[in-house]
Amino acid sequence: MSINLAAQVNSIMAALILLTSFGLLVQRRMYGLLHLFAWQGLFLSISTAIVGYVSGSHHLYISSILTLALKVILIPYILHFLMKQLHIHKEVEQLVNVPTIMLIGIALVIFSYYLTAPIRELSTLVTRSTLAVALATVMLGLLMMITRRHAVTQIIGFLALENGLFFAATSATYGMPLVVELGVALDILIAAFIFGIFFFQIRTTFDSLDVEQMTKLKEED
Amino acid sequence: MTLSPFVLVSLSILIIAFTIALVPLFARHQKMLIYVSFPLMSIASAIAVVAGIWSVAIDTPESVTLSIGLPDLPFHLRLDPLSGFFLTVIGLLSFFVSIYSTGYCKGYAGKRSVTHLVIFYSLFIAGMFLVVLSDDAFFFLISWELMAIASYFLVMFEDELIENRRAAFLYLVVAHVGAIAILLSFGVLAGATGHEGFSGYTFDAMRQAEFPLKWATVAFLLSFFGFSAKAGVIPLHVWLPEAHPAAPSNVSALMSGVMLKTAIYGIIRVTFDLIRVFPLWWGAMVLILGLITAIMGILYAIMQNDIKRMLAYSSVENIGVILIGIGLAIIFTSFHIPVLAALSLTAVFYHSINHAMFKGLLFMGAGALLHATHKKNMDEMGGLIHYMPWTSTLFLIGSISISALPPFNGFISEWLLFQAFLLSPSLNSPLLNLLIPMGAALLALTAALVAACFVKAFGITFLGHWRGHHHPPLQKMGLEVNWPMRIGMILPALMCLILGILPAMVIEWMDKISDELVGGKIATTAGAFGWLWLTPVAHERASYSGAIVFLWIIVVVMLVYILLHIRKTAIHRVPLWDCGFEKITPRMQYNAASFSMPIRRIFGFLFNIREQVRLSTSTISPSFPNRLYYRLRIRDRFWGWIYRPISESSYWISRKFGRLQQGYIHVYLIYSFITIIILLIFAR
Amino acid sequence: MIELYPFIIEAIQIVIVLLFAPLFVGWVRMLKCWFQGRTSAGLFQPYRGILKLFHKDVILAENASWLFRFTPYLVFGVTVLAGGIIPIISLNLPFATVADVIAIVALFAIVRFFTALAGMDIGTAFGGMGSSREMMIGSLAEPAMLMAIFTVSLISQTTSLSNMADVVIHKEFILRPSMAFALLAFVLISLAETGRIPVDNPATHLELTMIHEAMILEYSGRHLALIEWAGMIKLFLFTTIGIASFFPWGISTSVNLINISAGIIFLILKMGFLGIGLILIETGLAKMRIFRVPEFLGSAFLLSTLGMLSYFILE
Repeated sequence: MSINLAAQVNSIMAALILLTSFGLLVQRRMYGLLHLFAWQGLFLSISTAIVGYVSGSHHLYISSILTLALKVILIPYILHFLMKQLHIHKEVEQLVNVPTIMLIGIALVIFSYYLTAPIRELSTLVTRSTLAVALATVMLGLLMMITRRHAVTQIIGFLALENGLFFAATSATYGMPLVVELGVALDILIAAFIFGIFFFQIRTTFDSLDVEQMTKLKEED
Repeated sequence: MTLSPFVLVSLSILIIAFTIALVPLFARHQKMLIYVSFPLMSIASAIAVVAGIWSVAIDTPESVTLSIGLPDLPFHLRLDPLSGFFLTVIGLLSFFVSIYSTGYCKGYAGKRSVTHLVIFYSLFIAGMFLVVLSDDAFFFLISWELMAIASYFLVMFEDELIENRRAAFLYLVVAHVGAIAILLSFGVLAGATGHEGFSGYTFDAMRQAEFPLKWATVAFLLSFFGFSAKAGVIPLHVWLPEAHPAAPSNVSALMSGVMLKTAIYGIIRVTFDLIRVFPLWWGAMVLILGLITAIMGILYAIMQNDIKRMLAYSSVENIGVILIGIGLAIIFTSFHIPVLAALSLTAVFYHSINHAMFKGLLFMGAGALLHATHKKNMDEMGGLIHYMPWTSTLFLIGSISISALPPFNGFISEWLLFQAFLLSPSLNSPLLNLLIPMGAALLALTAALVAACFVKAFGITFLGHWRGHHHPPLQKMGLEVNWPMRIGMILPALMCLILGILPAMVIEWMDKISDELVGGKIATTAGAFGWLWLTPVAHERASYSGAIVFLWIIVVVMLVYILLHIRKTAIHRVPLWDCGFEKITPRMQYNAASFSMPIRRIFGFLFNIREQVRLSTSTISPSFPNRLYYRLRIRDRFWGWIYRPISESSYWISRKFGRLQQGYIHVYLIYSFITIIILLIFAR
Repeated sequence: MIELYPFIIEAIQIVIVLLFAPLFVGWVRMLKCWFQGRTSAGLFQPYRGILKLFHKDVILAENASWLFRFTPYLVFGVTVLAGGIIPIISLNLPFATVADVIAIVALFAIVRFFTALAGMDIGTAFGGMGSSREMMIGSLAEPAMLMAIFTVSLISQTTSLSNMADVVIHKEFILRPSMAFALLAFVLISLAETGRIPVDNPATHLELTMIHEAMILEYSGRHLALIEWAGMIKLFLFTTIGIASFFPWGISTSVNLINISAGIIFLILKMGFLGIGLILIETGLAKMRIFRVPEFLGSAFLLSTLGMLSYFILE
């Protein structure tokens, strides 16, 4: 497979990652969100594998398999299990309506493109153009955390943000050292477990997972 | 004296003066007044049109300095291609409207004196001609004021209604705020030329001067603000939907069709002719304002029930489109791409003349409706296509043209503007490459909403059944308007078709203007493929032939009709299908509010909308309502955000200052005393 | 004689458009029946329907105006004109320079404008409802359509459909995310403009769910035949616009007879596959509530904007 074809496939993976980020923003159904997150992880692992092939650094193959195992299989399974246990409703509400969120998302993509323009001039890597997509994914993940009310969706937003950071690492520097990546992956796994415990605690205290309920913790004057 | 365009224009203005002079002679005989003055005005306008076309064709500016004027600054006049073009636009619509007025004003005979109407109408048109001819700041402002005051009195023509008086007052206030801004901007420009005394106020002096960027920016912002107030750009648009419906319909046609264009002339003159060097962000600002104006204008228009208000808001939208073109031209000029700037400016000029034609036609149609039915509300009309065949067909042509549908003229200017947008990736700035196409998408949304608005307007007013509360006062005869009004409407409709079919010729004629202003020409490529085709940049890039579309449609329609009528076929007329519900009434049709409901639901967050429904159920059963009360109130948010705070704060300031007026004579004497002491200190 | 070849090809193309459009609709209906486990009425049923309507008398409401009677002819004429411009079997059409893709969209806008007016002419509530909804959908589909066109024209540097197809045929094949997004957006927009599920059900008989059908409810006889035929041609043409923009390989680039015949065969194959794709979408989705359609068209706009952004960012 030539470098040129690899670069094209990488671009397509980047485009698909961007598409799934937007999909996470606007999707209403809980299981749909999980599936989109799994797809995003899949595209990310394929992209990592391609970058590993192009750059010749073989530890990226290991990262790719790790991403596949963790983000496509393990974490969605954990979240699925949690949702079953917590008897979560099938649909979630948004704080702001869908078209406005889409427009803000587009604005963020344009903004991240504008920000990464100097890096694009200087970088010599094959993946320099995907850095804008990575930055946009981070920001869209953050936007998702802001505009959602349900605790589980906020976690998914956080994980999507982490996806974006990982993608940025592979785009900018052909990946982080393997030790760092193993550490980050372990942290994410532990975070997923801890979130699970917290969900049960929140649910027992407030009888719902709507994060607006947490305003009751505020002290009244 | 050799014949030249300038001589023709002077002849035209002399005829107008002559018309005004004749008015006292005919003041007693109102009908004779109408029959003499309006045809004279149409002759004057026609001469002006010839002068304008000629002036653009020969491409040489002519200047004259009159001996009257201020002591140090006599009045300068100049007829160059830019003035000639706008002279053509103004003259053409004035010609059509003057013919129309001959019939329209007969409706006032016996009820009201039209002497004032004739005088101020003539002064209004003369003012507009003089505005485009002025070559120095003072004469410009004098003509501007003449135009504004004359139109104020025209808006106030039916002054027994309080809403007309209020509308006229609002118009006057906004026009004068704008005029002050324009005056200040000319002052800044004159000061920056470095000339002594008043000689810096001539446009020639300003053309030669090089302006430092800071002062040029101040002057541009002031003049843009001032001209926007006259053009009706958001948020200075509030006077338009009040003033245009209040005026008589022939005047509204002129105000909407050509008075707004004088403001566009002003913007182009100041930006491209006087301040010739400008940074990118001016263009971005104009573009964004144009987009906002276009979208908000058409959304307001869709919400209206009153035809003339809707047409007024639609003028706001079209001014927005023109500003979009000007913004693009400024952006391309600041990037030194003259060809694309010329393309954008050509779109601006084409849209100016298009809008004059179809908006004039639509307002004249609204006037015909008012003349015939004495109603302005669309919701009370319907089915008029059977009783007013000429008016309905001509209004249909106006609606098709304004919705930018081939083969009429509206499509040409929108198409040129889209081509300019789609060529923006050739700019070097990556950020602009991304943002300008989003503007194109907004323009597409606007164009589609215009079509929706005019389907509603034409459909509710002319199609279906009569929706009025009372028994329809319709007879088969007697509702269609008289011949002068019909001719006044047929001519702009023909122009709409001609401008749509022969764009390459029109562009070749007006190309010299953009050459002079930005240094680019498109006519060499525009007509390169043949006179039937319009190929603005290159024919591989994009091409369009309005003439072939028009001919094809005629040929196919006739062919299919003939093929289907070879055998004798029957048409049966039956009552309309009522789905089994026998008591179908005209009230069950869609009316204006219901037609625009889906769009109101989607875009309603931009407005202040309140809907109220109350049912009173009958005694038989709660499921069968007796009576339904529905109330819809839509308000412009700009009143609350901008105008009410300004008016309330000005009241507050006035009240505070009012404390100075104590009423005691001692206090006034103390004021004088303090003033004398302060002056003595300073004079030392 | 050789100078007349383009005109002969043009005539052939128009005949193909007129004859194949009902065939395509028949194929689509047949597939739908198969997917739903019913027996179909046959591939040629649309032809029988149109011919039957041409033979019937026209029944007009008492207050139908000249606009109502003129609209079917105009709609048919404009649709056939669009059929003569789009490169369906050949790129060398003499009419190709009459309109670029923006003008073709405007031609379809004429059709929508007059059909909406005809819907309001009779003065029943059904017509008004159809017109009002149709204008709303049309106004939201336009920005998305323009962005999709813009994205495609970025690559080929032209807005003329024949030249776009030419550039894509002759350039080397690169996988482009921008084209993929533009294609997805174009599919969504075509579903909205041609009135298929999930936007509008073309086979419904319930007035409250109709959009296009409600506008033409009062038509009968030869008028209805012309309008139905024009509707079929419109579906056919939207598919061919998609083919010309995204999969133009197979459209003949020269005027010799072998290439033209090959072009026709490729056309039939592609339309066959696209018919299957259309029915998969139609049977898989349900018709949306009318006020979810803005979200649908908003996602189409989002996709086309992402396509444009991908062009600048990734290519």
